[in-house]
Amino acid sequence: MRAFLAGLAALVATFVAAAQPAAACAGLIGPNGAVNLLRTSTFAGYHDGVEHYVTSFQFAGGSGQFGSLIPLPGIPDKVERGGDWTLQRLVRETAPVGRFDALQRSALAAAPAPAQVILTARVDALDITVLKGGGAEVGQWATEHGFRLPADAPEVLDFYANRSPIFMAAVFDADAAKARGQNIGDGTPVHLTIPTESPWVPLRILSLGKKADDRVDADVYLLTDQRPALLPYPFANGMRLDHSAAATTSLLNDLRSDKGMGWIPQSAWLTKIAIDASASQLTYDLAVGTSGVSPSRVAAGLEPPASAPAPTQQSAELFALIGIAIAAGGTVVLLRTTQRVIA
Amino acid sequence: MIRAVLALALAAFAAGACAPASAASLPTQIGIRIHYSHFSPDKIDVPIGVPVTFTLVNDDPIEHEWLLGDEAFHARHRLGTEAVHGDRPNEISLPPMTTKTTTITFDKPGELTFICHFPGHEAYGMVGVLRVHP
Repeated sequence: MRAFLAGLAALVATFVAAAQPAAACAGLIGPNGAVNLLRTSTFAGYHDGVEHYVTSFQFAGGSGQFGSLIPLPGIPDKVERGGDWTLQRLVRETAPVGRFDALQRSALAAAPAPAQVILTARVDALDITVLKGGGAEVGQWATEHGFRLPADAPEVLDFYANRSPIFMAAVFDADAAKARGQNIGDGTPVHLTIPTESPWVPLRILSLGKKADDRVDADVYLLTDQRPALLPYPFANGMRLDHSAAATTSLLNDLRSDKGMGWIPQSAWLTKIAIDASASQLTYDLAVGTSGVSPSRVAAGLEPPASAPAPTQQSAELFALIGIAIAAGGTVVLLRTTQRVIA
Repeated sequence: MIRAVLALALAAFAAGACAPASAASLPTQIGIRIHYSHFSPDKIDVPIGVPVTFTLVNDDPIEHEWLLGDEAFHARHRLGTEAVHGDRPNEISLPPMTTKTTTITFDKPGELTFICHFPGHEAYGMVGVLRVHP
């Protein structure tokens, strides 16, 4: 079996090497199960109970199709092309000038009900599908649509689905990217607007398919009304506070002027969390709370939920938390071997 | 709920397989559940010379395989070229969320292992031991 897959790998590895989409915060699953973490950028912002999640997929040439699964805290209202400079601007805010290169990341078995397709969208060369379902349902949907998931995927998908059974599957069509005239390195930002009462940033998923000693590097940017409370805390297990200060007016103005970013408020607090961990250390997510609201241990993945929650459609509360931005955080990129997700 | 009940039933079904005893008292019906890319139970005792039926339940949304043999057998399969198994009773491919049965009569005592040879699965722990008792 292994040699057969190795032969298959010889075919698809070409795609991996030449056409991998640097999906934001992505661990790329190769045909041998190995994962190469790609350090790119993702932004997810919260304001008035709504998360604005922007992630970028980078065209790396070649041909073929690749996909990613991203756990989400709720059902998106809208999926659209994101602004062009939000991610870069956030990195520049906390990195020394000249470090833009930091951006460059059964009979007995009861058959599950099929995962529910909540919405689909096409953004440039990306086909986006938002799914609702348990880990088994989403995993089976992905398998049936040509994704090859690593051995730890069933447990990791359940880890997320037990909290929020919402996932975004994104398939990057490298051939379509070429046809569109996209150059190698061009990113396609995707902006999701997600009402949610319990914001969190997926981190554990970065370790998917990796060996225990493999490294995971990610930068997480938080933009909140006030200085946030975070879990896990104190920082340990590869988690480090790199920046914590009031957001500058110039940053907020720059972010607000980008496409779809008009929600950025007049004042905010900017926090940058660096993840530099072994895969075995990364057993948690990042939960955020502000205005005296403690972050949830469940949302941080530190304890299981009492029961699998239904995703919230709309939060009625106003959250002090304004924004979360991630660089290289929270996406699983999975190799597609055969078919397209959405025709 | 159904899955939980089935899991419990399978666990009870498999329980007999976990308790080593004399060959005459060993079960000839063995249930093995695959969940989170692990076999349960991962230690099985069977009698020699009588047909033993294995019910293999893949509870995962990903494909697995159950390949039973000695070290030389597994060395071949680590380098093998068969994409799908099913023609031999000790080589079973299991698509996501499926159940298959296979019956084997063991003709000599000893220890065998069952392994999923999909890339990364053995290293992740998809290994079990089967002991054949005279």
